[in-house]
Amino acid sequence: MTIRLGGIIVGLAITAVLVLWSLLPGVYNYAFGPAPEKQPSYAFYEHGDGPDGGFAFDGAFGKWDYAQLQRGYQVYKEVCSACHSLKFVAFRNLKQLGYTEAEVDAEAAAWTVPGIDPATGEVTTRPGEPTDYFPSPYPNAVAAAAANNNAIPPDLSLMAKARHDGSNYIYDLLTGYGEPDPAKAAKVGFETPDGLYFNKHFPNVNIAMPQPLSDGQVTYADGTEASISQMSKDVAAFLTWTAEPSLVERRQTGWFVIIFLMFATTLAFLSYKQIWAGLKPKKK
Amino acid sequence: MSFAWAKQYEPQTALTKWLDEKLPLPRLVYNAVGAGYPVPRNLNYMWNFGVLAGFFLVVQIVTGVVLAMHYAANQAVAFGTVEHIMRNVNYGWMLRYAHANGASFFFIVIYLHIFRGFFYSSYKAPREMIWLLGVVIFLLMMATAFMGYVLPWGQMSFWGAQVITGLFSAIPLVGEPLQVWLLGGFAPDNAALNRFFSLHFLLPFVIAGVVILHIWALHIPGSSNPTGVEVKQESDTVPFHPYYTAKDGFGLGVILILFTAMVFFLPNALGHPDNYIEANPLSTPAHIVPEWYFWPFYAILRAFTGDLSIPFTGIVLIPAKLLGVIAMFGSILLWFILPWLDKSPVRSGHYRPMFRKFFWFGLIPCMIALFICGGAPAEEPYVVISQIATAYYFLHFLVILPIISQIEVPKPLPFSITEAVLGGAAPGGTSGGGKINPEGVVGGLPGTATDGSLQPAE
Repeated sequence: MTIRLGGIIVGLAITAVLVLWSLLPGVYNYAFGPAPEKQPSYAFYEHGDGPDGGFAFDGAFGKWDYAQLQRGYQVYKEVCSACHSLKFVAFRNLKQLGYTEAEVDAEAAAWTVPGIDPATGEVTTRPGEPTDYFPSPYPNAVAAAAANNNAIPPDLSLMAKARHDGSNYIYDLLTGYGEPDPAKAAKVGFETPDGLYFNKHFPNVNIAMPQPLSDGQVTYADGTEASISQMSKDVAAFLTWTAEPSLVERRQTGWFVIIFLMFATTLAFLSYKQIWAGLKPKKK
Repeated sequence: MSFAWAKQYEPQTALTKWLDEKLPLPRLVYNAVGAGYPVPRNLNYMWNFGVLAGFFLVVQIVTGVVLAMHYAANQAVAFGTVEHIMRNVNYGWMLRYAHANGASFFFIVIYLHIFRGFFYSSYKAPREMIWLLGVVIFLLMMATAFMGYVLPWGQMSFWGAQVITGLFSAIPLVGEPLQVWLLGGFAPDNAALNRFFSLHFLLPFVIAGVVILHIWALHIPGSSNPTGVEVKQESDTVPFHPYYTAKDGFGLGVILILFTAMVFFLPNALGHPDNYIEANPLSTPAHIVPEWYFWPFYAILRAFTGDLSIPFTGIVLIPAKLLGVIAMFGSILLWFILPWLDKSPVRSGHYRPMFRKFFWFGLIPCMIALFICGGAPAEEPYVVISQIATAYYFLHFLVILPIISQIEVPKPLPFSITEAVLGGAAPGGTSGGGKINPEGVVGGLPGTATDGSLQPAE
């Protein structure tokens, strides 16, 4: 009895404190207080829908489009890598994109990685080997910030998983550059600050990265037309692979596991029914 | 086990006879989860989740021990070693996704297990100790899961550690030094990561120990059942093996299909993208949210937005943050006194009309609202909804339950489990159509011999 009485008193006290000191002032403030301030930039944000037709790896049966991954790698190599590192990916991983061993060796050797002079021990550079990881374009974070108006270009290895719906996000971001609607911008007094660039698909619409892609910026070996949209889609696919190299293997394994489990669960259900058969009342 | 009709272990071979003399471990297993444990025959699927929780504890320990072979708890390399597991370790991605989603599934089955307990009043005498140990397991799980989430050392790991240990700083006088002591520094750093790893490795084994106590305490009164009527005779029960091993086997198959669907097709759906960004003390994420299984309690924490002060004087008695911390811990700690708050002699919600309404139309919507608000940003209307739901949460357990347990008129209970199972009123016997013989045993029903023993059809 004491416990229940105490419980009732404590319960009513908590409710009273919550309602009188938090709920009512909150409701009063919401109804009569100043409206929460909204930044004008939010009026310009548009949610993107990703590329038309989606990606080859979308869906439970999706597969890599190796030609696209190789094109995406070319875009990273020729454009993105000027500022962005890819530190969790090694050259040897490129084999998964359909390159032969010799091509991977050649690709690695085309990159310059930090090394140590074997004769003197001095810090130097050397051509990459398949076991090396992609080098960072800057020696350290301070250098990266200094070269980019104080905004450090993020590592791209995991970008496709570090944003909601990351593959589509990368595509949308790369195709979202432009100018804000001038009439609307004048009305709310919106202006992109110096050193930032307008991008309608970036959460606060002012991004530190200048538009990286322009039509025909790379020349694809397979003759695909290098439009901004095409390059954005290709590099978004490549960065999906760098973020989740096991994506396709994972789903294929998953189908085997689930089909096996469905079979095993059916057997378990039948044995459950058989074991219990004598104990269930008969339906009338 | 206390029932007189429980089957006895009889070793068959020379080896098992020898073993039974020296260390009767097979006998213990036989009595715990074998044919030697009589269980009510009317358990529904809600009774599957205890076994499933045990299964996911094993999944977490096995995957966790292997992950620990490849992980390094050092703030300089922790994030990188997780990526090493994902990329270079054979099937490392499978291990890590199974471990991360295994935590979520552990909580899913535990919440179903706990709410089974709420609805069927499994906490009531004679099962209070099982319930108390269960609450201890839940608290240990929360601590373990929180520390595990810190280990990948992503942005949410770091800021989650900052926020959760920051809760202790709300305690007057000792709060700030306590937070520094918990973290081993002024902010989460190598010291915090190392001790969290050590404790994250230790606590699952503590949980396993308390689980053994939980099952031990269960075997003294035996399992509860959906009618809430205690076992009266042998035909009320079936041996755990093969009856419930078969049923749990089916339930395990179903949950494994759901689990593998998440692991192989949506492995990151329950996580937060920010945790794929390495921890950065200089950059605060826009919304710091804990893992989904903490959302209801996070909503209670944030529901207290105003200091408890004396009106018009500005004197603060209890700051809002401390109120939130007290309420959040109190919302779980009150489960410890639940057996003594609800004094209704009837256990099952099926026979408690008022309780059942408050459960389905009060507690369940309240928990759903708290869950949604806990994951949402701290803005209207989520704040007001979380405040109403928090108020209801405390009213439900502390005020409504004690009062309805006094004033409610329960529906008539079945005479026995056997009768409840075989149901249907018939003249000349019990309402279930059986006959009560002079010993007070229900007979004459399918599956029941005349002396009340269990008689399955051939």
